[in-house]
Amino acid sequence: MEFIAQIQSFTAIAAGLIIGLGAMGACIGIGIMGSKFLESAARQPELVPMLQARMFLLAGLIDAAFIIGLAIAMFFAIANPLLTALPK
Amino acid sequence: MSAESGASGGLTEYIQHHLTHNTSASGIHIDSWVTALVLGLLFCFWFWSMARRATAGVPSKGQAFVEMVVEFVDGQVKDVFHGNRAFIAPLALTIFMWVFFMNAMDLLPLDLIGIGVQTIAGEEAAHHTYWRIVPTADLNTTFAMSTVVFLLTIFYSIKAKGGWGFTKELFTAPFHAHGVGAKAALALPNFALNIVEYLSKPVSLAMRLFGNMYGGELVFMLIAGLAVSWVTFLPGVIFNAAWAIFHILIILLQAFIFMVLTVVYLAMAHEHH
Repeated sequence: MEFIAQIQSFTAIAAGLIIGLGAMGACIGIGIMGSKFLESAARQPELVPMLQARMFLLAGLIDAAFIIGLAIAMFFAIANPLLTALPK
Repeated sequence: MSAESGASGGLTEYIQHHLTHNTSASGIHIDSWVTALVLGLLFCFWFWSMARRATAGVPSKGQAFVEMVVEFVDGQVKDVFHGNRAFIAPLALTIFMWVFFMNAMDLLPLDLIGIGVQTIAGEEAAHHTYWRIVPTADLNTTFAMSTVVFLLTIFYSIKAKGGWGFTKELFTAPFHAHGVGAKAALALPNFALNIVEYLSKPVSLAMRLFGNMYGGELVFMLIAGLAVSWVTFLPGVIFNAAWAIFHILIILLQAFIFMVLTVVYLAMAHEHH
């Protein structure tokens, strides 16, 4: 019984860490990129359409690692393979 | 699907049922394969029929839309790839529209197939029917596409630099050296760095698309599974609608990113040093 509780608790903590730290990195990255975009948009408004397209591309790239981590954390939270690997 | 009101056993079983692939005897995911094939043929047939009926005069709405998409993709390719676009631009168009169609299957209601099977064949058959309707939420599909892109980059590299030039560059870039001793010393670090660079591209392409689509599907399942009583019906509808609206942006963005990164990798493989 303690093995199951231990695996479940560690999985829960790990899922929380993955999502939290990933979100922190992604949000800081988007914040920095967004602030640079606004700065350059104020400096050269005629470049805004081109910069906006690049900005969306970069936003997708920045979010990529976070969402991959999110998918892995949710997978472990919902259908934990470590739990099903316990011998019956 | 029968409504289990909030009991966690029911929710886990619901989600696990919806995360199970329909596999054939040899382990192939039939649902991803068939859905991807049908959507690919749909895209090809739609664009081909629009191109066949294209007029130089006032275009119809369908033709205008197809022209808009083709011009958009061509503009993106032209910005990045400085060579013969005759193969790259249709490849980029196929990738963009096909990935967009496959991603858009995520917006269909989760229990659509289950309810359909239930009305036709009864609840017992619905409990044993597994069909994952989003092919890009399957790691096999995304890795298949990124592996093809990876092989294409190697092909274009060899075409631009020649077989011997390509192999030489694996060992002499990015650290250049003069003198045989220094070159031999730097060969292994160069090779290691090049292997990492070459392998990280398809892996990141595949994982980015898979992670976004799998996460989106999982959130849809969680909202559907958690808001399943009469009390939480209205909040459930509101949350579902909000997430679906956000997901429309994600779908388009991920298809666009896959296409642009494919073109950028092919352009980088095509240039001479």
